[in-house]
Amino acid sequence: MAMTDDGSGVGSLRPRGARARRRVSVVGVLGEILITAGVFVLLFLGWQLWLQDILVGGVQQGQAQKLGQAWQNDAIPQKQPTNVAPIVAPIVEKAPANAQRFAILYVPRWGKTWQRPIAQGVGVADVLDAIGVGHYPGTQMPGQVGNFAIAAHRHAYGGGFEYLHQLHVGDSVYVGTKDGWYQYTFRDIQYVQPTEVNVLQPVPMQPGVTPTDRIITMTTCNPFFSTAERMIAYGLFDRFYPEAGGPPDAIAAAVKKG
Amino acid sequence: MYGALWRVLPGPWWLRLLILLVVIAGILWLCVYVIFPYIQPYVSPPPPETVSTNKS
Repeated sequence: MAMTDDGSGVGSLRPRGARARRRVSVVGVLGEILITAGVFVLLFLGWQLWLQDILVGGVQQGQAQKLGQAWQNDAIPQKQPTNVAPIVAPIVEKAPANAQRFAILYVPRWGKTWQRPIAQGVGVADVLDAIGVGHYPGTQMPGQVGNFAIAAHRHAYGGGFEYLHQLHVGDSVYVGTKDGWYQYTFRDIQYVQPTEVNVLQPVPMQPGVTPTDRIITMTTCNPFFSTAERMIAYGLFDRFYPEAGGPPDAIAAAVKKG
Repeated sequence: MYGALWRVLPGPWWLRLLILLVVIAGILWLCVYVIFPYIQPYVSPPPPETVSTNKS
């Protein structure tokens, strides 16, 4: 009575022997388990190689946006078009505590609203995996004379610098803090061994030289899917936009107030 | 295994299909947000991503 005519019940006219044999087949069950395991592995690969960066990247983007909006809401609004704002000396903050988010990286080349949080330190587990972009301790702060050096994954855990190789000479890279926005202009890319720590010198590759320029150095893994080499992208400081004047037009969409 | 599962599920074929789809969606969600992140460090341990310092 509970069994309704759904085509698979007792009323079926199909030979019962074939059905029964298929049902108890050990090899059949083993095969299904193996197929399931194979599908699981394929799903994991698809997640690790593709889906994870989309999901984690979205999370990091959202965190950066929230941080920027919090800084914006704290600031006193002041109507002042950025393109005629006087050029002022950049504010230089002290280095924050490890794993503390203190800045946001904006790269319009990677998308109008592309942004990632920057935290102090380059620990793999506590900063690069968990937060996104890390600032090399001991290198200079945004806007400071010397080298503001940061690192991020090329792939997996959000893949912050996946498209580092796509920067064009002259592209602007912005670093936002609670004080304002530091505009850097991308200059060139260098490929080095992972042991080449001189890229972090105040004057990259020239240890002991006193810096006069403000430089941004972005490091990530190369080639893609590998960690054999490091790709280093350098930029030169262009100008500083104080918080009160609002963000520069190029990243206005990314910064917009909440 | 899957044949037995299909026979155990109640209702007409479209209800069984619906139940299966919901279950599959749940399993996928669990994989992406719990299982995969958990096993990732064991499957492909993240190497030091940064340029290493001289002392290490």
